[in-house]
Amino acid sequence: MKNALGRDVPGQPYLGLQAIKRIEYKQTKSDKEERKDKVHYDLGSFIKTLALEDNMTLSFHHHLRNGDFVMNQVMAEVAKSGVKNLTICASSIFPVHAPLVALIEQKTITKIIASYVSGPVADAISEGKVEEVCLLQTHGYRATSIMSEETPIDIAFIAAPACSPDGNITGSMGPSSCGVLGYAIADAWYAKQVVAVTDFLVDVLDPEIPSVCVDDIVKVDRIGDPDGIVSGTTKITRDPVGLRIAKLTSEFMKATGLLKNGFTFQTGAGGISLAVAKEIHELCLDENIKGKFASGGITSYLVKMLEDGVFEELYDVQCFELDAVESIKRNPNHHKMSAAKYADIHDPDNIVNQLDFVILGATEIDLDFNVNVTTGSDGRIMGGSGGHADTAYGAKFAIIVSKLVSSRISVVVDQVTTITTPGETVDVLVTDRGIAIHPRHQALIDHLKATTNLPIVEIQTLYQRALALTGIPEKTQNLGRIVALSQYRDGTILDVIRQIDNID
Amino acid sequence: MRIEKPAQAGTLESNDIYVQILPNPREEIEIRLKSVVMLQFGKQIRQVAMQTLNEKGITSCILNLEDKGALDYTIRARIESAVERSLC
Amino acid sequence: MLRRSALFMPGNNPAMLLSASILGSDCIIFDLEDSVSLNQKDSARLLVKHAIETLDFGNVEVVVRINPVSSQEWKQDLREIVPVYPDAIMIPKACKEDVEEIERFIFEIEEEKQLTKKVKLMIIVETAYGIETIVETLRCSRRIECVLLGAEDLTTDLGIKRTKEGHEIDYARAKVAMAARAFSIQAMDTPFTDVEDREGLVKDTLHAKSLGFSAKACIHPNQIDAVHAVFDPTQSEIDAAIEILEERDRALALGLGVFSIHGKMIDLPVIQRAQNIVDLARKTGKRK
Repeated sequence: MKNALGRDVPGQPYLGLQAIKRIEYKQTKSDKEERKDKVHYDLGSFIKTLALEDNMTLSFHHHLRNGDFVMNQVMAEVAKSGVKNLTICASSIFPVHAPLVALIEQKTITKIIASYVSGPVADAISEGKVEEVCLLQTHGYRATSIMSEETPIDIAFIAAPACSPDGNITGSMGPSSCGVLGYAIADAWYAKQVVAVTDFLVDVLDPEIPSVCVDDIVKVDRIGDPDGIVSGTTKITRDPVGLRIAKLTSEFMKATGLLKNGFTFQTGAGGISLAVAKEIHELCLDENIKGKFASGGITSYLVKMLEDGVFEELYDVQCFELDAVESIKRNPNHHKMSAAKYADIHDPDNIVNQLDFVILGATEIDLDFNVNVTTGSDGRIMGGSGGHADTAYGAKFAIIVSKLVSSRISVVVDQVTTITTPGETVDVLVTDRGIAIHPRHQALIDHLKATTNLPIVEIQTLYQRALALTGIPEKTQNLGRIVALSQYRDGTILDVIRQIDNID
Repeated sequence: MRIEKPAQAGTLESNDIYVQILPNPREEIEIRLKSVVMLQFGKQIRQVAMQTLNEKGITSCILNLEDKGALDYTIRARIESAVERSLC
Repeated sequence: MLRRSALFMPGNNPAMLLSASILGSDCIIFDLEDSVSLNQKDSARLLVKHAIETLDFGNVEVVVRINPVSSQEWKQDLREIVPVYPDAIMIPKACKEDVEEIERFIFEIEEEKQLTKKVKLMIIVETAYGIETIVETLRCSRRIECVLLGAEDLTTDLGIKRTKEGHEIDYARAKVAMAARAFSIQAMDTPFTDVEDREGLVKDTLHAKSLGFSAKACIHPNQIDAVHAVFDPTQSEIDAAIEILEERDRALALGLGVFSIHGKMIDLPVIQRAQNIVDLARKTGKRK
């Protein structure tokens, strides 16, 4: 069936923003009776005691990022039990999770649900090795689908940087401290069974996940590698073209009139996005503007902005850097939040809905402003929405920043390979060769053309400018089997991702 | 004209192309291409390479191309440069 | 043409050539001289040639710095570059003799290829001889549009130390600015070499402006905005200039020869300066 964006999809098609329905969640386990003696000291023998069955869904969070040991350790033990056809519901999967590929090949794992996948597991999905159709969800919808039991979790394994013997968990302490556990909260409250895996048993006074959620605790030697927990990508770009884009972006933001006291802001950790943060930082200091909050994944740079008084508060769903981990411990205005508080579509007070601006990247953006951050232009999975579609929906201005052309590839295309974020939620594209504003903002376009020197053009013009440089790329049509679905924040299907040949 | 002397030009930096031109024992042009944009522009790169060699009057050579997303004008410039270095 | 900044870019780097038109400078100088190693001169010149032929640089002025007459390269540089119509050729280590020789050679190329547009010249004076004979040099060719002071090579030639404050080049700056003005040619100031020191750059540019320079060469894209900010008229300068021009119109209508504003007599040089400011404001987009 064709969805509202013209893509043929199986299941529940995306019908546009107007068609999104609200739902209520069932009660959670807040009054459950707690067991005593939860702590186990051997992961292997503990997993043997679990009532594992074929077709179960196991969940994991990704706060330890590419330094995570837990998913590999747990799955290696689970595989020994001989169960098959498991679904892995992980908030993200990184290159460090390469050992899962063998479990995929032996059919221990036959389905993956995640918000972001990169590395060998992403290749395994793209190459059709995963038997069932996988789901690529937004950060918000992952929480929604767990809480609504669209995705019932049988056992949640929660990597716990610090855990008390009765099961109070925090991400802000311990040798593998990662600051926040925002993406694990829904799992903790809604999974049928919850297992904390920790390397630091200690009293926890201010838990993110309370003991009532936790059934068992397994003490292991190490849950992660601190070097891998901190992302390596969070550097402000030094590329003059990137800096130019950042400057144009801040000028655009100023010209909208929304960059004033009380403004709210989110930016990713990409080089250009961080450069935008720097421009906004300087502009706010110069003009004495104080924002209400910045949100999302928190970098050192946003911590600096908080400390310089540019923002009153930070809402943190994930710490990208050690500075953020440190800040959240000591600064009362640096708040932890769950994925649901951040982006659950059925929570009207969620943080994304309060955003004025979000700065986002794109692998491709098409003439209808649909954005792809899920696959490369060859169709190979190399990421996923994360919070892209959630924040684009919520923010007044979802601003995509990108070079128009890099290494002969244009970011503007006639049709994106995979729709991650629908164009009706994307507002602006800022490139080094011009700014395109979605035509639904015609009044703003007229206003900015009359009052500023911003290089505002139609997105078609940017497309033509790019083609003039690159030439016209060859079209490839992929008719391979569907290996994954790009799922919107209400659970509807935006697009399909097909199997690609394993070529270099 | 045959290429008798090996020569090279360009770099492996992003947006550039590394070109190596070698004698071919046979009376023909053989182009070996590696590219980061093979899927989208493989054919076009070969076309530009062949055209540039034709313009330079080359009838026999092996042309190794390692492309890092160079635009056509860069491909032309680098191949011309390699040819001129080989001929001088 | 508006020319407040000119950004030097190494000629052998495809990524940089591609970004040349979007970094915000009024003029870009593709360099075949100092930033290109000896064994890449041939490649750089072909790359720059094809870039100029192919890429659309919009309103940005495109200049190519060739190798000096003392090198083996300059003739081949001109043979390749002049026929693709750059806006100007920049001549390093310029003196009268070299400019004459280069102009003769350019003329030959233009005749032979039947080029429809004559290429302009920009010269760099960067030797003691070049400074002391600048008047002769500027007199020898009508193609010269702009003269750039090159302080790095000049201080090397003099065997003196180059400092951030730049007192050692005060004489050269004054001489270049004065000579350029005498021939109605633009004087462009030497680059400021500490690319991280924005405050120093602004100070240096203000000083050059006070001596009569109306542009500054840049060696990093992050210098462009600061340079423009110095050469662009401020809003109060624009307002004052507009007031003068309006008063002039009123005085003309009343048939008055001289008039005063806020008790100050306004004469022709003041009116001319006001007109220049308004023209510049219009060009820089500060006034539509």
